[in-house]
Amino acid sequence: MLSHEFIRLALLAGTPIALACGLVGYMVVLRSEVFAGDALSHVAFTGALAAAAAGIDLRAGLFAATVAVAASMGLLGPRAHADDIVIGTVFTWILGLGALSLSLFVSGRSSGNGAGGVHVLFGSIFGLGAGEARLAALIAVGVIAALIAIARPLLFASLDGAVAEARGLPVRGLGVLFLCLLGLTAAEATQAVGALLLLGLLAAPAGAAHRLTVNPYRGLALSGALAVGALWLGIALAYSVPSFPPSSAIITVAAAAYLASGAATRLRRREVSRLAGPTDP
Amino acid sequence: MADAPVAFATGGGLTLNLADDVRQLLTYHFMVNALVAGTAVAVMAAVVGWFMVLRRQAFAGHTLSLIAFPGAAGASLIGVPAAWGYFTACGLGAVVLSPASRGGRARSAETAAIGTVQALALGAGFLFVSLYHGLLNGISGLLFGTFVGIADGQVTALIVVAAVAIALVAVAGRPLLFASLDDEGAAAAGVPVRALGAGFLLLLGLAVAATAQITGTLLVFTLLVTPAATAQALTVRPGAGLVLAVAISLLVTWLGLGIAYFSPLPVGFWITSLSFGLYVLARAWRALRGGRR
Repeated sequence: MLSHEFIRLALLAGTPIALACGLVGYMVVLRSEVFAGDALSHVAFTGALAAAAAGIDLRAGLFAATVAVAASMGLLGPRAHADDIVIGTVFTWILGLGALSLSLFVSGRSSGNGAGGVHVLFGSIFGLGAGEARLAALIAVGVIAALIAIARPLLFASLDGAVAEARGLPVRGLGVLFLCLLGLTAAEATQAVGALLLLGLLAAPAGAAHRLTVNPYRGLALSGALAVGALWLGIALAYSVPSFPPSSAIITVAAAAYLASGAATRLRRREVSRLAGPTDP
Repeated sequence: MADAPVAFATGGGLTLNLADDVRQLLTYHFMVNALVAGTAVAVMAAVVGWFMVLRRQAFAGHTLSLIAFPGAAGASLIGVPAAWGYFTACGLGAVVLSPASRGGRARSAETAAIGTVQALALGAGFLFVSLYHGLLNGISGLLFGTFVGIADGQVTALIVVAAVAIALVAVAGRPLLFASLDDEGAAAAGVPVRALGAGFLLLLGLAVAATAQITGTLLVFTLLVTPAATAQALTVRPGAGLVLAVAISLLVTWLGLGIAYFSPLPVGFWITSLSFGLYVLARAWRALRGGRR
């Protein structure tokens, strides 16, 4: 399997992207900003298609759109958190613009059949070129480094914003910075699993890690490891079952890990209560 | 569906005479179907969406709307009508989500569960589409909606679903309003809050499944959230808010369908832009009136 160039490129780009998704996703779940991640994934779609319709590099539109929207969500929302209804209203309109870009893009090419739009929506990790894969890996490594650098103050600010503010931490600035990192991650993950599926890579490993441990550093590491594991298994699965698209395979593995974590927590709770013995009088 | 492009080609252009233009619109059967179905869906989506916005369940609603996509894709894979797939998938989705969605102050673990369900559903949808080997244009129809291909039977089904949904809201409206505004008080007063919450999610699934057939799964929110959010920015009174939401939703749907007929741009773009424009105006008007109370 590793003798194929496209598999090696997929692993080269996918591994750091998945790790970034796992780490950023842990913070996203901790800060209850999953819906913001969802919205950014839709913004990624519009950004990429608008760039395609305008005839510039897809990734330029992708990164510009997600980071700009993430920053404005952070700046407009109260305490650098965005309100659900505002997010819902804004991203629906942005998706409408995406539909517009898709139709402009399709009608602008003689051979257009919407395939470009489908690639953006659902990703094509097996279709990455060598240069693209290297650049994606570099950016993902940058996101990971930035997140690790701000992990400690960000955890403090997320768990207890009022106390962190009293201690002189720039809580608002951290929130905006984090949303920008989330925007970068969304743009990155769009290239791996597509705009519609990246939420699975953000939410499922992180949700599982939150269920399995309450220790934030252990949780961060676990979430990153689960995301990378899901990517590797998903790629192997898609390689061995050719009709299974890689994006679907990766998300299926991640969701299975989340379900398994629920079962594991329930088992452990039963074990603990059995060991503790009957407490009822 | 096959004769739709021909109708466009022979349809003539905009004449700037409103009565003539409307008459021209109504000469095409597919356009009448789209307008009737759009009206039924717009009224239902506005009413159900008003409660959804009130209950702060936008994320759950959005996830339900995306679950409609694998439903439709799966239905075309096994060869049954897409409408069945929409309703089955959304009903199942509502049942799966109801333990995870308590509305309002959802805990972080719950949002992770909703996000996982959503991604899994979309992954399944993509799998179905690639197994189907269908035309890729089919995907963008499912995702972004199409209004030229609505069959007569589908129109009847949508009207029946809308009538059922509105009747349910009319019956359960008062306790649902009580439970949405003050769940602890409602529970203390003997209102079955949990059953109402689960029932509302099922109703939301029904509304989403119907709306998705017109707007496509990605743009359901434009009729579900935006009119309701606009109405709630303008008034806090439930009765007036519901009427306003329905009026906005109807206006946006009719204008959107009408403009899309005469323009080469997609209907989804027009409906989302019109409703978003109204929302921005409403927010601006409220800000001018002195902002938040």
